[in-house]
Amino acid sequence: MSLFSRYRVLLPIASLTLLMAVTFYVQPRTLSYFGLNLLFNLAVPIALATIAQMLIIMVNDIDLGIGAFVSLTACVTATFLEQSPLMGTVMLVALIIAYALMGAMIHALALPAIVVTLGMSFVWGGLALFLLPSPGGASPTWLREIMTVKPPLIPMALVAACLIAGVTHWLIAHSGIGTVLRGIGGNAEAVRRAGWPLIRLKALAYGLAGLFGVLAGMTLVGLTTSADANIALRYTLLSIAGVILGGGEFIGGKVSPVGAVIGALTLALAASFLSFMRLSPDWQIGAQGAILIAVLAARLLFRRRDGARR
Amino acid sequence: MTHDKLLLSAILIGSCGLAVGGVAQAQDGASTADKRVALSNNYAGNSWRQVMLQSFDETAKQAKARGIVAEADSYTTSENQATEQAAQIQNLILQGYDAIIIDAASPTALNGAVQEACDAGVTVVSFDGIVTAPCAWRIAVDFEEMGRQQVDYLASRLPDGGNLLEIRGLAGTSVDEQIHAGIEKRVEAHDDFRIAGSVHGDWAQEVAQKGVSGLLPSLPDIAGVVTQGGDGYGAAQAFEAAGRDMPIIVLGNRQDELQWWQEQYADHGYQTLSMSIAPGVASLAFWVTQQILAGKDVPKDLTVPFLKVTQETLDSVLEETPKGSVANTIYTQQDAQSVIADATTR
Repeated sequence: MSLFSRYRVLLPIASLTLLMAVTFYVQPRTLSYFGLNLLFNLAVPIALATIAQMLIIMVNDIDLGIGAFVSLTACVTATFLEQSPLMGTVMLVALIIAYALMGAMIHALALPAIVVTLGMSFVWGGLALFLLPSPGGASPTWLREIMTVKPPLIPMALVAACLIAGVTHWLIAHSGIGTVLRGIGGNAEAVRRAGWPLIRLKALAYGLAGLFGVLAGMTLVGLTTSADANIALRYTLLSIAGVILGGGEFIGGKVSPVGAVIGALTLALAASFLSFMRLSPDWQIGAQGAILIAVLAARLLFRRRDGARR
Repeated sequence: MTHDKLLLSAILIGSCGLAVGGVAQAQDGASTADKRVALSNNYAGNSWRQVMLQSFDETAKQAKARGIVAEADSYTTSENQATEQAAQIQNLILQGYDAIIIDAASPTALNGAVQEACDAGVTVVSFDGIVTAPCAWRIAVDFEEMGRQQVDYLASRLPDGGNLLEIRGLAGTSVDEQIHAGIEKRVEAHDDFRIAGSVHGDWAQEVAQKGVSGLLPSLPDIAGVVTQGGDGYGAAQAFEAAGRDMPIIVLGNRQDELQWWQEQYADHGYQTLSMSIAPGVASLAFWVTQQILAGKDVPKDLTVPFLKVTQETLDSVLEETPKGSVANTIYTQQDAQSVIADATTR
């Protein structure tokens, strides 16, 4: 059983596989190219937002503004990026820089990230309402085409999920800078003594989170074809749940990008599964919570056993 | 022998039933007896939506019992979020429904999922919270007209004009924007009216009461309050608590609002107007969907009638409205046909 603790990602994979098996059993139509795509395409922006959240959790912080931020980037994508691509790109890059600056500020002034990001969520939300006072906008055609592309054999949603997991796994687990970034979560003081400028690293982590937030907003608009100011608010909690469900931990820089993507898929699937079960909506939130707690309880159980054995 | 007789009569009755069914079909287009219909609803957290869901279930149950449709189920998302409802609609496609009726969290953010449904051959009908995807039908409320009529009513009651307080709905929603636009336009047209303050009541009495209470000390005398429904009683409570003169508050057909009006009328002859969309519009959406499934030619844009309560109808409407609920009327297949006919001739 120490397998599970050695490979952090095994338990999330097991949970997702189990959930998929029962979903295919309950609703056989989902077991097709078309079905898998419908089941998972809306999980792609959630997966990207979860990666953004993971990058923040990796440096021992937490981001309560990511949902509002993704909403804002969705609004920019559906308005400026569609009408004047240059202006839109500039704005999105500016938003990424703003995220990096937020990280630098949190570090420099030793502010609690939970408060700063919560405060900033109202700023993002206000800007989004300012851009799109009432729902609307349109997806750039190229973006819509990317999100509705039909690759042979494997549906877009799964290709995208593999791509996100692969790229971020390389970035976090294999690249040199990723190792240093994880080191901040493990022992920031040691990283500092090794001669790394902590403030720049924190800005980098937040900047990367901003980048994935922007990607989440863009893919979301590609799927929905338009935006509104509140479109992604629930991503804040979904992304935190996704990181933890995927084997990550709140402190210590212990995160898994592959796990985070799987966590996001699991959360999306759990909601669909409950809908296929025709569970009353009054019970659905509770049931979703129960699935989450069950997976976390399983993780704790395996860790306890390992601890006892040692 | 008796056995054979029984069989014979069963066959006779059966064929009679078939014949009658055939006649009915000729009138109502193709049979929809094998069709499965789903309602995708984004929110159930207020009295209007609760009654809406009840109206749908009631209509669906009767239609099922009469063999008009095979199945009609309602699904509500738990968090009132567009992305969640988009996922729900995609799930409903996978569940193989022939038609999806939508009360949407966003007019535009569901369009991707709606397009998926249309591409899969599913009929999509939206009502109340409509979707703009061109392949879907819309049973829309003219919310701007609702705002306009409120101000016009106040103008008829207050010829000298005065200060108005505007209670708005949930920020960032199209319903709120539209009602507000209607109010704004008519206030501009009536020179004597001025919006002295506005506050978001989120269509909930408690929120409205809190908001109005906070704003009142900074406001001059208020002659009228324009609202969006579900917020009038809260506003009245705030005025009462502050000891201010009660303005004419346009109400939104909620039972607590109507009861308060009745009490005020009995007490000192207080008069006002109440209007809203009957939650039974869900039953209208159901029948319109049935007509589309039956192959009828239905225009993509239909309009829902308002349900108005005046001093004359107050007592009878209040009597039929359960506590904590909202004034309602259930639409029939004939109502749907006449709404369709209206839109066709327009």
